Amino acid sequence: MANMTGVQPAPAAAASLNRYARLPWRRIIQIALAIGITLFVVVGSFRTLQSNTYDASTWKDFVILGVAQGGIYALIALGYTLVYGVLRMINFAHGEVFMFGAFGSYFFATAYASSGFLNRNPVVALAIIFLVAMLVSCSVALLLERVAYRPLRNAPRLVPLITAIGASLFLQNTAFGLWGPQARAYPVPNILSGDQTWTILGITMQRIQVVVILTAIIAVACLSLFVSKTKAGRSIRAVAQDREIASLMGIDVDRTIMLTFALGGLLAGVAGVQFGMTFGQVHPYIGFVPGIAAFTASVLGGIGSIAGAALGGLILGLLESVGPPLLLTGFHIPSPFQLKPVITFSVLVLVLIFRPGGILGSDEPDKV
Amino acid sequence: MQHRRWVTPIAVIGVLAMVAAACSKSSSTTSAASGGAVDCTTVQFGCVDVPAGAPIQIGTLLSVSGDNANLGQDSLYGVQLALDYLDKTFDGKNGQIDGHDVQLQNEDDKCSSEGGQAGSTKLAANTQIVAVIGTSCSGAALGVADATLGDKGIVLFSPSNTNPALTAPGTHNPFYFRTAHNDAIQGAVVVDFATQQLSAKTAATIHDETPYTEGLTTVFGQDFTAAGGTITDAEAINSADSDFKPVLTKIAQNAPDVIYMPDYTAQCALLLQQAKQIPQLANTTMIGSDGCFSSDFIKLAGSAINGSYFSSPDLSAFSNADFYKNDFLPAYQKLAGSAPLSAFHAHAFDAVNILVQAIESVAIKNSDGSLSIPRSALRDAIQNTTDFPGIVTNYTCSSTGDCATTVVIGVYKSPNLPIEGGKGDGKPVFSETKTLASALGTSSS
Repeated sequence: MANMTGVQPAPAAAASLNRYARLPWRRIIQIALAIGITLFVVVGSFRTLQSNTYDASTWKDFVILGVAQGGIYALIALGYTLVYGVLRMINFAHGEVFMFGAFGSYFFATAYASSGFLNRNPVVALAIIFLVAMLVSCSVALLLERVAYRPLRNAPRLVPLITAIGASLFLQNTAFGLWGPQARAYPVPNILSGDQTWTILGITMQRIQVVVILTAIIAVACLSLFVSKTKAGRSIRAVAQDREIASLMGIDVDRTIMLTFALGGLLAGVAGVQFGMTFGQVHPYIGFVPGIAAFTASVLGGIGSIAGAALGGLILGLLESVGPPLLLTGFHIPSPFQLKPVITFSVLVLVLIFRPGGILGSDEPDKV
Repeated sequence: MQHRRWVTPIAVIGVLAMVAAACSKSSSTTSAASGGAVDCTTVQFGCVDVPAGAPIQIGTLLSVSGDNANLGQDSLYGVQLALDYLDKTFDGKNGQIDGHDVQLQNEDDKCSSEGGQAGSTKLAANTQIVAVIGTSCSGAALGVADATLGDKGIVLFSPSNTNPALTAPGTHNPFYFRTAHNDAIQGAVVVDFATQQLSAKTAATIHDETPYTEGLTTVFGQDFTAAGGTITDAEAINSADSDFKPVLTKIAQNAPDVIYMPDYTAQCALLLQQAKQIPQLANTTMIGSDGCFSSDFIKLAGSAINGSYFSSPDLSAFSNADFYKNDFLPAYQKLAGSAPLSAFHAHAFDAVNILVQAIESVAIKNSDGSLSIPRSALRDAIQNTTDFPGIVTNYTCSSTGDCATTVVIGVYKSPNLPIEGGKGDGKPVFSETKTLASALGTSSS
């Protein structure tokens, strides 16, 4: 799989080594922390399993739910990772790109649902809905790049970061102004509705969950192939490694950057439809939480790495659904799911302490 | 150090000037006051002086944007209708208080403590604000808006806050009042319904960490246990999340008879839909509360809403039901262009009327046509409200700010709900009149 952040700069690595040598207490604290947390995880899990609070089928449900949620996170996380790879910038407005995809397709889906087309011809209707969402998200992502980021391409790195946050608020409020604050019911075709299930290898899953997981796998595979095998993919990797040298080699940097935004937008559009169909509602703020979660996932997996984004999404989804009952029930904590963010963000902090580049990322001490 | 010589004389002149100004002002007020009992310069928190011809300013701090815009907008319509009705007709023209127009300063509580803080600070900065109608959400008031405004002696009068802590001794701010029912009452009625009508023995509760939902689930938990039931899970969700299936899966493990989930619209819809997708919850009844209600709730929840129950003020048992149906509702529909967006427009209407009556009873008409409204006296006048005939009920304010002391709560069965899209006559399947005293008695036992 492609790792786009490329080779780490040697001086930085040396500097970080020096720091460890000079300050051994730092290492000691890290190890103590690691032992403490491992102990907590092992004891917590052991006591939970021993108490037999949940039966096997409940655990299976937790895992399936986690994987399905992880699939949506992964699709959005790919967008963060792609843009970070080429621009070294966190596109905080990506959650809103996702929201616009969901909203854009909502209008088509509602029209099809009221005309009956959605249930008469679900495959065609779904194809159009997905295409519309991808198109809308892709356009928003490209517009964002052109208007908000390209003029700042050579500005200090903090500037586009702040712009991204501003763009995120701008897009959120635009949607708010256009469509109002209320949640709207996203129509779901009967073949994918919540009570429809498929049984695969003895595991009964909701159809929409199967679709989400399959799409995530296909998207990661296609994207990896695209980046590693095609000419355009090679140019993305070249720009990711060194923008100036790439442009000297005759690569159109602007077009390559647009391509990465477009790819991220397409995937966000797909995630938008899946979100709408999984939860049955859209509103202008749906981008925020999945956006933060996907950002967390991409950092967890190693930002800049495609496989890392997928892995991060999967781990985050599992942590959110399996983590609280597995780790906390054993300690008799009353409402374990209330502490879901504590678990996910503790894991993020831990991963960043021990592997600043993320699980599959390079260990470049790079800060946002 | 030459300039030192000037400091003392200047200071003396300054102090004299201030004393003179203060004296002249107080003498003019006291001599002109009709009642003459209140001295605005010495009374705590002072008076609001409304110059001749100037409007009396009342603030609103309601959730008019975001997810819960319907809740706040609905109350705002109630406030506007009350001002319209000051002249005893719904004619689209505002009436007057003691010969002064009324002007609203509308702020947004954003249904959050941050919004409550920002909005109340803005309102408190305007010294002309007599009182504030708000907040929509308990979280915006509790320890935030009630404190900011109470510190300045500004009355905060909520049409829809229901959290018990807001009027509990110890956490109640003396300048805080509400026409909405205390959730100790609503929770107790829901427990009565669940145990008597559904014969529920086990229940799980879900709140979303906001005071409204947490208050209700706490009351429910206490009363349900007191009634001999068992709480199998007391869970919490994050209101910004969408995926609640892991929580519901955990709850399903114990297959409770009832899940009580008094959340806001979007989360109610998600919880209902996701609960339907969990086979182990097939025999579990979902119960929500009035926070779920807004005009788009039924559409949002779809078919998942069928078979669930919701508690809410019993609109059909309003003490002034004829006025509500024949005069108020048509005026509301004319103003809003739609059916009621939420359940608290009548409470807002009543709150303004109690406030106006209190203003009229304490305002001092000065000879120059100006009006002085002493803040502490205004608070006391609201506090002393007894048997005020409102739309919802006859209000008698308790010593801790609860004005709705006898409340009729109904439990509605979907899809026969008293909101847009509801099928049926909109009448509750269960209705109970409870006094605040009896509800607080059961919840503390």
